[in-house]
Amino acid sequence: MSSRFPLVPENAESLPTLNESEGMLSWVASIDHKQIGIMYLICTAVFFFIGGIEALLMRVQLAQPENHFLSPEVYNQMFTMHGTTMIFLVAMPFLIGAGVYLVPLMIGARDMAFPRLNALSFWLFLFGGILVYYSFLTQSGASDVGWFAYSPLSEKPFSLNKGPTYWALGLLAAGIGSIASGLNNIITIFTLRTPGMTLRRVPLFVWMILVTSFLIIIAMPIIGSAFAMMLIDRLLGAAFFTPAHGGSAILWQHFFWGFGHPEVYILVLPAFGIISEVIPVFSRKPIYGYAFVAGSTVAIGLLSFGVWAHHMFAVGLGNVANAFFALVSMLIAVPTGIKIFNWVATMWGGKIHFATPMLFATAFIIEFVIGGLTGVAIASAPLDWTVTDSYFIVAHFHYTIFGGTVFAIFAGIYYWFPKITGRMMSETLGKWHFWLTIVGFNMTFFIQHFLGVMGMPRRTYTYHDLPYWGSMNLLSTIGAFILAISVIVFILNVIVSLRKGNVAGDNPWNAWTLEWATSSPPPVHNFDLVPPVRGRRPLWDLAHPDMPDEPNAKIV
Amino acid sequence: MENLGGLFNPSSPQLETMAGLTYYMIGVAVIILAIIVIAVTIIIIRFRKKPGDDVEPYQEFGSLKLEVVWTIIPLGIVAVLFLLTCNTMRAVSPPAGDKEADLVVIGHQWWWELRYPKYGIITANEVHLPVGKNLLVRLESIDVIHDFWVPELARKMDLVPGHPNYMWLIASEPGVYLGACAEFCGDQHANMRIRIIAQEEDEFNEWVKQQQVIPSTPTSGQAAEGAQLFQDMACMNCHTIFGTPAAARVGPNLTHLSDRQTIGAGVLTNTPENLTKWLTNPQKYKPGAYMPNMKLSNSEVKSIVAYLEALK
Repeated sequence: MSSRFPLVPENAESLPTLNESEGMLSWVASIDHKQIGIMYLICTAVFFFIGGIEALLMRVQLAQPENHFLSPEVYNQMFTMHGTTMIFLVAMPFLIGAGVYLVPLMIGARDMAFPRLNALSFWLFLFGGILVYYSFLTQSGASDVGWFAYSPLSEKPFSLNKGPTYWALGLLAAGIGSIASGLNNIITIFTLRTPGMTLRRVPLFVWMILVTSFLIIIAMPIIGSAFAMMLIDRLLGAAFFTPAHGGSAILWQHFFWGFGHPEVYILVLPAFGIISEVIPVFSRKPIYGYAFVAGSTVAIGLLSFGVWAHHMFAVGLGNVANAFFALVSMLIAVPTGIKIFNWVATMWGGKIHFATPMLFATAFIIEFVIGGLTGVAIASAPLDWTVTDSYFIVAHFHYTIFGGTVFAIFAGIYYWFPKITGRMMSETLGKWHFWLTIVGFNMTFFIQHFLGVMGMPRRTYTYHDLPYWGSMNLLSTIGAFILAISVIVFILNVIVSLRKGNVAGDNPWNAWTLEWATSSPPPVHNFDLVPPVRGRRPLWDLAHPDMPDEPNAKIV
Repeated sequence: MENLGGLFNPSSPQLETMAGLTYYMIGVAVIILAIIVIAVTIIIIRFRKKPGDDVEPYQEFGSLKLEVVWTIIPLGIVAVLFLLTCNTMRAVSPPAGDKEADLVVIGHQWWWELRYPKYGIITANEVHLPVGKNLLVRLESIDVIHDFWVPELARKMDLVPGHPNYMWLIASEPGVYLGACAEFCGDQHANMRIRIIAQEEDEFNEWVKQQQVIPSTPTSGQAAEGAQLFQDMACMNCHTIFGTPAAARVGPNLTHLSDRQTIGAGVLTNTPENLTKWLTNPQKYKPGAYMPNMKLSNSEVKSIVAYLEALK
């Protein structure tokens, strides 16, 4: 197929890359963005598995009231490590890894701007994660103060175990890696785009990664310095966050959520990017309102720095502060809504092929809207006062992070798996995976909205046998096990497809962005020839010279 | 229908206001969700690719008019919701001004110290209040951050060390309302429970009078032995009993323990049998709590139970 492309010379310098035949060394020593991207994906899959087991252990403990399956110490370690793992060691590095793999291909580049820095980012993430988990081997086990580690609970004398120290050190290391990859992405996107690919023409996934990267380099230093202060408190006896010695308990919350809320968008914007790639291709239409989808991302990015105290409505900041943060938080619904409407409009009038990626993308819209709407509700401070720190919140953010980010991640895996491996994933197993996920996910989390409204607090290892609490929790636990089965089906699908999947070819989905113009998997140097870019969909323009997206575009 | 609790059973004017806002929010959310679900359903039915149809559909790039519509309408909805939010906030949580608190709640890992400054009462875990009276509650913490949450009666408010907070507490009907700590505070966060006992005015006054009595220390029998043990063993290092030298504030004030409904901040019902079990090994019922297993002999436990039951 590539012979049809008009000849455009290779535009990047070649870089030294180890030969693939050198086995493990070619991976460990790799500075190739594709190999590093794949290593991110594999490591996050392992952490996802561990985090999932922690979730299942919690759900078993909660399956009935007054259960004695886990001790409170172990239960507290489980929910701390589940949250930490899923946020810092799964969702975020997965999306960074997907960006590292895809961004250079999508913009027609040879590699990231700083390939060695890219490798450093990955290894910092991996060893940071291992350091966090290493704490399980200490006498008192892993951190048990929650992924939010509120002071003074996370400080001496309330927390004398070593868990939180390992936790802060590991995440500090991983965070430095994230900052480096944020910078790397920004510079790559700004400097290595192939001729013709202006910022108004880059794929929306690249736009989302760009905005996310800005969020990372602004938000991660906030939490990084907070980790450093926490470590100084814990190891050197300072008192940044201990009120008994003149520190402030609330200061930590400002730092943590000053990072924590932009982090939510760090997790969801690349997911929006994946959805913005998948929906047009399977609807056979260009994205509706490209400029509005991209622009609303920038709006979300900016607003995301003015909403952190909506996690602190119950702290007692006063009605004026609460009103400000309520307003900004609600305003985020507007650019998010713009995206939802544009995706629906993209599908409207299309000829939709409901392959597994599109199934996940369609379900994403519904599940994410549920999470978004409960998000608007709890942005209203007085409503938040009744449901915050209850199971309602657990339901809400699982609808955004699982129903949103993870559904998008699954859509992305089914979509790009053929590109990465050269083989198609099984559609049959894919559909099983999809429907089990839908049933398991909604069964686990929808009922938790009601548990929260009825008064069940979060982060409790046990609960009294109040009317319906036992049966509702049991239902949620059963849902969690269905979800676990769906993950097993997914893993099976990956293994089977890697060995026996149909050969994909360059462009199995008949997609339009540049990563589909090269072979599957792409060669070490990515492109023999980069097709000309005269619009947002270079491969559409090639296939339809009679009706290009931008008829008057000049050849650059 | 059984009482589902929480927002399903608002039992104070504040919670009724908050429930009203919730119904409004749910209404808006359901309408928006319905629009999206209906649109997606139509898409799934109408715009599915038919087998053999390989012609690309009409390529449509967007519409400024529609973008403006779906920006302006949500902005309008947000404006309305924001106004409702501000109104509700003012109604539910008006500033306390410089009024004196009727009740001081002090969070401990993992129990609640309760003080009624106007009556000189100190108790734990069970708040008595007169029905229909809006009490100003001052919230403090002695150790980590806790959160005072009675789902049927009031907003949540954190108990932050070094930063006292205020909230209003009122119950419309007499009854027992259950609550719990809502901010993760360590091993026994799950067993840091609150009971609000709302009583008619005269019943409440009766309770106040009873609490103000300083019980006399038993001088004979098993209870007297228990009184002696309480002073000799480590009990008095942590607990207060009025009228005795025991005056520590580490654990709950036990002066009127026998009047309370539960032991250990809601772990066990307060009966002599359960008190015996609790004193024999509190760690069995509340693992991680700061009350250690004192390794008391059975007769020692019995004596102390007799003493605590005799305090009236």
